[in-house]
Amino acid sequence: MIPASFDYTAPTTLADALAALAQGGDDAKILAGGQSLLPVLKLRMAAPGLLIDLGKIDELRGVRREGDTIVVGAMTTHHDVIADPLVREHLSLLAKTTEQVADAQVRYRGTLGGALAHADPAGDLGAVTVALDAQMRIAGPNGTRSVPAAQFFTDYFTTALAENEILTGIAFDSFAGWGAHYEKFHTVSQAWSTVAVAAAVLVAGGTVTAARVALTNMGPTPIRARAVEAALVDGPASDDAVRAAAQAATEGTAPVDDATAPAAYRSHLARVLTGRAVLAAAG
Amino acid sequence: MAKITVAVDGTTYQDEVEPRMLLVQYLREKVGKTGTLIGCDTSNCGACTVLLDGASVKSCSVLAVQADGHEVTTIEGLAGINGELHPVQQAFHDKHALQCGYCTPGMIMRSVCLLNENPHPTEAEIREGLNGNLCRCTGYQNIVAAVQQAADALATAGGAR
Repeated sequence: MIPASFDYTAPTTLADALAALAQGGDDAKILAGGQSLLPVLKLRMAAPGLLIDLGKIDELRGVRREGDTIVVGAMTTHHDVIADPLVREHLSLLAKTTEQVADAQVRYRGTLGGALAHADPAGDLGAVTVALDAQMRIAGPNGTRSVPAAQFFTDYFTTALAENEILTGIAFDSFAGWGAHYEKFHTVSQAWSTVAVAAAVLVAGGTVTAARVALTNMGPTPIRARAVEAALVDGPASDDAVRAAAQAATEGTAPVDDATAPAAYRSHLARVLTGRAVLAAAG
Repeated sequence: MAKITVAVDGTTYQDEVEPRMLLVQYLREKVGKTGTLIGCDTSNCGACTVLLDGASVKSCSVLAVQADGHEVTTIEGLAGINGELHPVQQAFHDKHALQCGYCTPGMIMRSVCLLNENPHPTEAEIREGLNGNLCRCTGYQNIVAAVQQAADALATAGGAR
């Protein structure tokens, strides 16, 4: 399978990429790691006239600290996210989830920013950003802005990014010391999630003192399970209490019926996987 | 058309390619490295796996223009100058880690990368590390055994090549 013809440019600065995007208009598409976009182009589900490859822009790569904030450059590959010492110390949930994305080859090419901008509801990393209240850093022709993850994902494969904007980085608070786990259910080892749950908890003396839980593929966007969080906090980190709190996982969700799973089964999965994810995170 | 300079198996090539040309097409049709196979063509099966600057990638999901200025190693670049097999190739031969052989080039290239990342993998780490490569014949048992043999051979030889 061969994509339809397109023009290609690989700018070396963000400013040049924004200029190319402004010039290309709605016929231009950003190429990050290409692990979602290239299959889409090969299947001719999209045929942009211009691809703007961000692969040569060094300023978009790597993880850095800005005071108490950890910023992951949008073009940092999954492989590099997993290996990064700042991520491992402060963002265990991001590291553990990224380890479960696709397979090793895809993780060498795919990027955090690319996966988030693609906004596949079955993609794993959106739930992490929603659970951890990440800020999406966005550059456009009129400067930069920051959008909370909960407002970034707006619908199936749709984000708050305007067509002349580029996602440049993802900023997280530190979650050092929190337990974290990503519980993923899929039918084939490298496949997309049927349903998955991202959980991070702080436990002191057997009591849950803080909890973040978000769901993958239980609606058009990643969904924060606030009812579960509320039920967990100030309760014991026990098997019974966590499984009881997990019953609230389907509040506010809208799972699809499709060839992989009926909606009712997805709801069942959400409750079971939430219990497992929180218990594993609580250690 | 775009001008690219790519090192493939130690030789530098300069070519003009259409931006939409996939790396696997470039390797097979322009450079003549037909040892790299196209399997599913949808980034599932891993048959087209090559090393790009040492990292295992699915060459059906990389554009040739994205390899501009980089180094590619294919299955044809693994053996020594006198044709002696790479320890991973030798192990696949010794352990009969194939039946039809279609997945083998990708399986070997991913195994080489896996053993560079983790020279002493457990059986579970080998299975997890190869989960982007599908084999429809073997049931994977002999592939895992081959990677284990290669890990031992590379350790004895003093590290991965």
